[in-house]
Amino acid sequence: MTVTQSLQASERAFAVGGPILELESISLRFGGVHALTNISFNVLEHEVRAIIGPNGAGKSSMLNVINGIYQPQEGSITFAGQRLAGMTPTKAAHLGFSRTFQNIALYRGMSVLDNIMAGCTLQTRASFLEVALQLPRARREETEQREAAEEIIEFLQIEHIRKTQVSRLPYGLQKRVELGRALAARPKILLLDEPMAGMNIEEKQDMCRFILDVNDHYGTTVVLIEHDMGVVMDLSDRVVVLDYGKKIGDGTPDEVRSNQDVIDAYLGVAH
Amino acid sequence: MIDFAFFLEVLVGGLLAGTMYALVALGFVLIYKASGVFNFAQGAMVFFAVLSFVGFMELGLPFWAALPVTVALMVVVGMATERFVLRPLVNQNENTLLMATIGLAFVIEGVAQLAWGVDVRRLDLGIKDEPIGWLFDNTGVLVSQLDITAGVVAGVMVAALALLFSRTKVGRGLRAVADDHAAALSIGIPLKHIWMLVWATAGVVALVAGMLWGARSGVQFALIGVALKALPVLIIGGFTSVPGVIVAGLIVGAIEKIAEVYVGPMFGGGIEGWAPYMLAVLFLLYRAEGLFGEKIIRRV
Amino acid sequence: MLYREAGQFRTSYVQDSQLFPLWQDRLGMAVLLVIGVAIVPFTASDYWLTAILIPWLVLSLVAIGQNILMGYAGQLSLGSAGFMAVGAFACYNLILRVDGIPFVVAVLLSGVCAALVGIVFGLPSLRIRGLYLAVATLAAQFFIVWALDKFPWFKNYDVAGVITAQQIVIFGHPFVTPREKYWVVFIIVAALALAAKNMARGSTGRAWMAVRDMDVAAEAMGLSLLRTKLQAFAISSFYCGVGGALFAFAYLQTVEPSAFNIDLSFRILFMIIIGGIGTILGSFLGAGFILLMPVFLNVFFHSVFGKAVDSTFTSALEQVIFGAMIIVFLIFEPLGMARLWQLTKERLRLWPFRH
Repeated sequence: MTVTQSLQASERAFAVGGPILELESISLRFGGVHALTNISFNVLEHEVRAIIGPNGAGKSSMLNVINGIYQPQEGSITFAGQRLAGMTPTKAAHLGFSRTFQNIALYRGMSVLDNIMAGCTLQTRASFLEVALQLPRARREETEQREAAEEIIEFLQIEHIRKTQVSRLPYGLQKRVELGRALAARPKILLLDEPMAGMNIEEKQDMCRFILDVNDHYGTTVVLIEHDMGVVMDLSDRVVVLDYGKKIGDGTPDEVRSNQDVIDAYLGVAH
Repeated sequence: MIDFAFFLEVLVGGLLAGTMYALVALGFVLIYKASGVFNFAQGAMVFFAVLSFVGFMELGLPFWAALPVTVALMVVVGMATERFVLRPLVNQNENTLLMATIGLAFVIEGVAQLAWGVDVRRLDLGIKDEPIGWLFDNTGVLVSQLDITAGVVAGVMVAALALLFSRTKVGRGLRAVADDHAAALSIGIPLKHIWMLVWATAGVVALVAGMLWGARSGVQFALIGVALKALPVLIIGGFTSVPGVIVAGLIVGAIEKIAEVYVGPMFGGGIEGWAPYMLAVLFLLYRAEGLFGEKIIRRV
Repeated sequence: MLYREAGQFRTSYVQDSQLFPLWQDRLGMAVLLVIGVAIVPFTASDYWLTAILIPWLVLSLVAIGQNILMGYAGQLSLGSAGFMAVGAFACYNLILRVDGIPFVVAVLLSGVCAALVGIVFGLPSLRIRGLYLAVATLAAQFFIVWALDKFPWFKNYDVAGVITAQQIVIFGHPFVTPREKYWVVFIIVAALALAAKNMARGSTGRAWMAVRDMDVAAEAMGLSLLRTKLQAFAISSFYCGVGGALFAFAYLQTVEPSAFNIDLSFRILFMIIIGGIGTILGSFLGAGFILLMPVFLNVFFHSVFGKAVDSTFTSALEQVIFGAMIIVFLIFEPLGMARLWQLTKERLRLWPFRH
């Protein structure tokens, strides 16, 4: 029984609902390289969905397709029942997607606080002129965004580094800040690309707790790529397994764990 | 009815002027291919090279002694640049390096003037900037001997350098270094020697380009403006392609001359100052890597 | 000991996001402003006002524009002088053709004209970056100066080619003496510098820096790269345009394209590199340094060598020094003099203690 399953209906504030994101027959090629072949799966509202697979399986590419950074040659994305003509990163953001990146894409020249406040872009209505002249709406928004950012900072326990420039932070803290920035956008769906890479046990436990809290507290749907099997089994409701760009498993962690194809892929059986 | 002979003359003149641009641009490509750095100071180096050459001759050195002395001087300049400008900035982003080379350009220009003064010098290479007699007699087209010489020299240098980069071990080492300094070091490529070689070659190229330009229009400060012309050549040809430089140089030279002669009068002249740049911008919008450059892919 | 934060508590976010949270800074700024407005105009000589202070303020404004584009938004640009030229000529033409237009309005509108031109030449930034963008801005620089020179309409068909800038007249009162011109410039520059600081610290600045540092992530967060980049070009060109108008009307007294050549663009670039890229303070420090160096060299040679030195010699020396300082700063303190000042302030907080 996973941690989340054990937080069953009575404790879980947001029960898992219907499909919020559906991917059908996604194929992505870079010249001769087939990054993704005919991938189909869905993501249910309020769930925690993991994408796993050996290195080079196409997991990041999958996330990039969902997010609109890559355009698949075939296939379609359906969000909240609406089939989308095409996805771009900006469109994804407006639809309620927010994400972190595998190689940490923080704004290196800014402080932690500024980075997280920058995540509130979509909620900024004031024009540059209002900001320049410090008109009331701009000032109000600045304070609101500061409050929102401080809430996230408190949640992630990074108050002590809020004014530090992010490029000076250790890797683990940078990842946490990146999560904070993604949260600032108040997303419906959070896409996390290896949020725990390079962390030690304590840091991983902290991150797990944060992700679960976000899912529990705000009902944010989470799609995450992760290598640590223990984390995946504990954290997720359902899992998608990719290998060489193809889907080889899809189901609850227990189902996937006993799937022979998945075992073969990870143990390196020739295929 | 366009006078065909005149058009040919304009075209050929443009093409040959283009080869001179290509020579200047060649120095840029060399440094870029070998160290990944765009050396904004290349134009200043061209100027400094030929000015020093003429200066040494004025001090009494004969032509064939001044030549190696100047080459040695350029090598020293190159090595000093590598040691004091590039090496301290070795892992910085490209914008920082670009600005450092802009600073370097100013330093070299200033030093050139401090050392040799501001007077315009004449340079006599023994090749006259006069039309080739038999060509004019037979076809009515005026083409200067100097231009033809420049074209031949440029062609030879481009061919030699292209071969160097693609066929020799040294060339491969240079390309490795340009791609990734740290990786090249880790497989034992002697970075310092490679860079010495590259800057020396660039210095020689700069000297040759400077000599040809100087013979044609006198050794003067305006020469540095020529280097700014090399930028469109590099963009159109692609920063990493040696043969591309020649093709692009020809294109820029031709377009510039044709624009000046045929389109310019409609606007009162002077459009050759910006026409190549506009062309370059168009290229940037549709084919940023130029005609022959390598495509740059960004990974997320 | 004097410059201490201890005891100064900010109890609300509004307080914490003040421009000068420490009272010492507020006092310092107020003193500076009082000196600038009330003391300097009456104590400085005419030479100092016209040859040093006015150009310093004007070029600082242009440097702020350049900083917005290069420092905050990360778009490499070598065309600032071109946008200055647009501002200067727009101002001239507005005052010439629109009867009774107030000077300040004309100046602001010139900025808007420059902003529009800036947007056009900023369009390539959507596809290209770094050196390539610099080349596109060079194209803008050459083209603008050529166009302003070639089409006689801009110069009102003046045959001589060098136009005299009109008098500055505000509310019917002409501002002709150095002191009066200084006031006009000081007030305009101070106001626009404050506006720039507000933008840089607010959501606008964060958007620019996001695009500068990680445009893929910025897009994924919902930022429109198109809007943000063009906005940076527009605002930056606005500042350059206003600076150009002031440059022509309060400093040079003439309006000619050749005053806005590529050399000036390079100088402005140097100002922000030496002064501190991505800071408003740096714009002022850098402009001051670049302006004062020639004066300093002259004085130096006068006093050390007794006689006046050949101007070509000093200008060549100037070039070497500027170029060398660029390299030195990029190697040792890429954040420029503004950062050195910041480090000094931090030392001051602890003084007289070491740590």
